[in-house]
Amino acid sequence: MPDGTLAGRPAPAGVAAAGAGRDAHPLVVRNLVKRYGAGRPEVLKGISLSFEPRGVVAIIGPSGTGKSTFIRCINRLVEPTSGEIRFMGRDIVSLGRQELRLVRRRIGMVFQEYNLVERLSVMENVLCGRLGYVPAWRAWLRRYPQADVEQAFDLLDMVGLGDFVHQRADSLSGGQRQRVGIARAVMQDPDLLLADEPTSSLDPKTSVEIMELLARVAEQRHVPVLVNIHDVTLARRFAGRIVGMSEGRVVYDGPPDGLEDEHLRAIYGGEDWLS
Amino acid sequence: MTAASAGGDRRAFRANWPARAGLLALVLYVLYAGQILDLSWDRFVFGLDQGGRFLSRLVPPDFTRWSLLLDGLLESLQIAIIATVLGVAVSLPVGLCAARNLMPWWVSTPVRAFIAVCRSFHPIIVAIVFVKAIGFGALAGILALVVASIGFVAKLFAEAIEEISMKQVEAVRATGASFANVVTMGVLPQVLARFIGFATYQLDSNLRNSTMVGIVGGGGIGGTLFAAFQRFDYDFLCAILIAIIALIMLGELLATRLRAIFQ
Repeated sequence: MPDGTLAGRPAPAGVAAAGAGRDAHPLVVRNLVKRYGAGRPEVLKGISLSFEPRGVVAIIGPSGTGKSTFIRCINRLVEPTSGEIRFMGRDIVSLGRQELRLVRRRIGMVFQEYNLVERLSVMENVLCGRLGYVPAWRAWLRRYPQADVEQAFDLLDMVGLGDFVHQRADSLSGGQRQRVGIARAVMQDPDLLLADEPTSSLDPKTSVEIMELLARVAEQRHVPVLVNIHDVTLARRFAGRIVGMSEGRVVYDGPPDGLEDEHLRAIYGGEDWLS
Repeated sequence: MTAASAGGDRRAFRANWPARAGLLALVLYVLYAGQILDLSWDRFVFGLDQGGRFLSRLVPPDFTRWSLLLDGLLESLQIAIIATVLGVAVSLPVGLCAARNLMPWWVSTPVRAFIAVCRSFHPIIVAIVFVKAIGFGALAGILALVVASIGFVAKLFAEAIEEISMKQVEAVRATGASFANVVTMGVLPQVLARFIGFATYQLDSNLRNSTMVGIVGGGGIGGTLFAAFQRFDYDFLCAILIAIIALIMLGELLATRLRAIFQ
């Protein structure tokens, strides 16, 4: 396999090494290892990456290579086995439950299958983004602060769903649902946006629209966006930086222009599909 | 194949001998048990004769003591509604604590055991226990039906929660929501409609049972019913039975309406 040889190579130019300029990197991951259960194989074999405070970073790689596990380790929907994840200066891996909650509300997440609460309205789903901030009685009585409600209306206008405010989430199309998912994540006022295969359940045209929206959020709100995606064309088009993963390791890290067929072979294996 | 050429006596289905043996054993046991209990044709004919005389004394129903009847009915209705409201209110947290996908095992296991105990006894037995423990009257009946409600609603509610989509819960959790908020916005919306369904079914069930707890002293129309039986007051008995049927049908109508509101 060419993967091993390539993984050992120095990263292409233009990539900051982990640890350098710590203040400039809101998210630094060091030597992250994950295995599901003792004795099971390592899904992540020591990932080290650092991320700039803005821009879209795409993580590409074949299914089952640990992309999703990696992104879920960052907000600890998956518990890392070892390593360090430093977010805004704090190590997420060692946080207690309460602290984790406070960090999570600064990290928005967009899911492959949207993960909206199906029986709630679009507005209720968007306001779910404020659940880290509002007490339970407000959520129970749907008495969100007016400022939150205003922001939710603005966000729904931004994602083009201003006319769907009171519709139930299960009445929307896939693309519309993902827009609600993005609005919910942005509603958190996040310092980081994670997107786990946000376009994999969508048709090509809608996929582009969703990626455009994510790029716009990154641009206009100065939020770094970390997106798992297996569509290389989409990744090249929208990301300022591409991280290629294969079998639990980073095998490419650099700008889209530097991504050659040779790298893609290393990431995905084989070559027939490239022609 | 030789069987095919021999004239087509191949079998499409295999004979299930254990099932046949089991069925035979069941039929034999029913005959045996009937023998033991002295169920004979003569006994049946005697019963029919008795039943005919009983039926003729039921009609016409006697509604002259309607105020007694109404008092009993209203008390039954009150018992049913109070017991349902209390039972359903308690079932919400109890069911939540019994859901194994939300709670650690050391919470869910004892709560599930508690629900199992609530379910073990027929409401009439629980009613007898409460009548003995706290005395005659509606309170004993209410408590008995509260126990029955918890046994039913909390169990089904817990099962409904165990079937929810954890993806939706995960998304709410990822926003940094507290556990209370995760339950409020991530779990309850998924099960609310079914919970309302269970609650209205329980209201229906409690209405029927509330007419019965009176037989053992738990309040309601049951006491009047039992007294009418004891005194061979069959025409009044018939009036009571008709009134109960009306009450149950009214309850069912109400329950259907409630379910429709919450779809």
